[in-house]
Amino acid sequence: MADLIALTPCDGLLPVTIGSINLTEDVPEAMTLIAPYAGQEEAVSERLEAAHGMAFPAANRSTGKAGARAIWFGQGAALLQGSAATQELADIAALTDQSDAWAVVRLEGKSAAEVLARLAPVDLRSQVFKRGHTARCEVSHMMGSITRVGPEAFQIMVFRSMARTLVHDLKTAMAAVDARG
Amino acid sequence: MRITCPICGDRDRREFYVKGAALARPEASATLEDWHEHVNLRDNRAGETKELWYHEMGCSAWIEVCRNTVSHEIVSTRLAATADLGAKR
Repeated sequence: MADLIALTPCDGLLPVTIGSINLTEDVPEAMTLIAPYAGQEEAVSERLEAAHGMAFPAANRSTGKAGARAIWFGQGAALLQGSAATQELADIAALTDQSDAWAVVRLEGKSAAEVLARLAPVDLRSQVFKRGHTARCEVSHMMGSITRVGPEAFQIMVFRSMARTLVHDLKTAMAAVDARG
Repeated sequence: MRITCPICGDRDRREFYVKGAALARPEASATLEDWHEHVNLRDNRAGETKELWYHEMGCSAWIEVCRNTVSHEIVSTRLAATADLGAKR
């Protein structure tokens, strides 16, 4: 049996600091896509609340907090980050383990929204896109997920295979924003 | 061009993929002639036209978009699932 070494999606690429903006990698313990079966949305939300302490998020919103978060992840689905989803959901929702499928990074700094404005065609200013808001949207030509996790912090996700591109494009945008002062 | 996704809200056109005319699927009993018309024959109207768009980089919903081909105005959008385009079984 080969001795395999587990690497994180952004291994060797992060962390990076440019000016006052930090880009770091987040590695949730597990990520599970939860897609409630037809008519089971409320039941799923109740069991999720009982087992993980957070409701099923409404469209464009996230619930929970750092370490255990449920992020709305497209039509009829949410991604649970943190501990693996309870199997009590298995008969009322489709559960898909996506722990190794996504690169998860955290962009933090006063001008984080300005950096993302160069990569995503969505209004992410704090008066519109508040803490807990999330968007499935384009992130520099990749299909991604952006969530505001703090007053000056965003969580950005793209497919794991595109981690290097994401980091490259974010670094380029960070340098450009920093250069403008 | 901006398209209002019924789920995500106002979004840039580049997040979407366009499939083409939003047509009601012929009934199971449809003739070959009906299917020929459904697959091949299109009106090329100058004015309001209904199309199916896919929010590929967003919520993955199929959307019926009513669009004016003269002014490029997006007149209305709704989920394709609610547009009653499927034939009766």
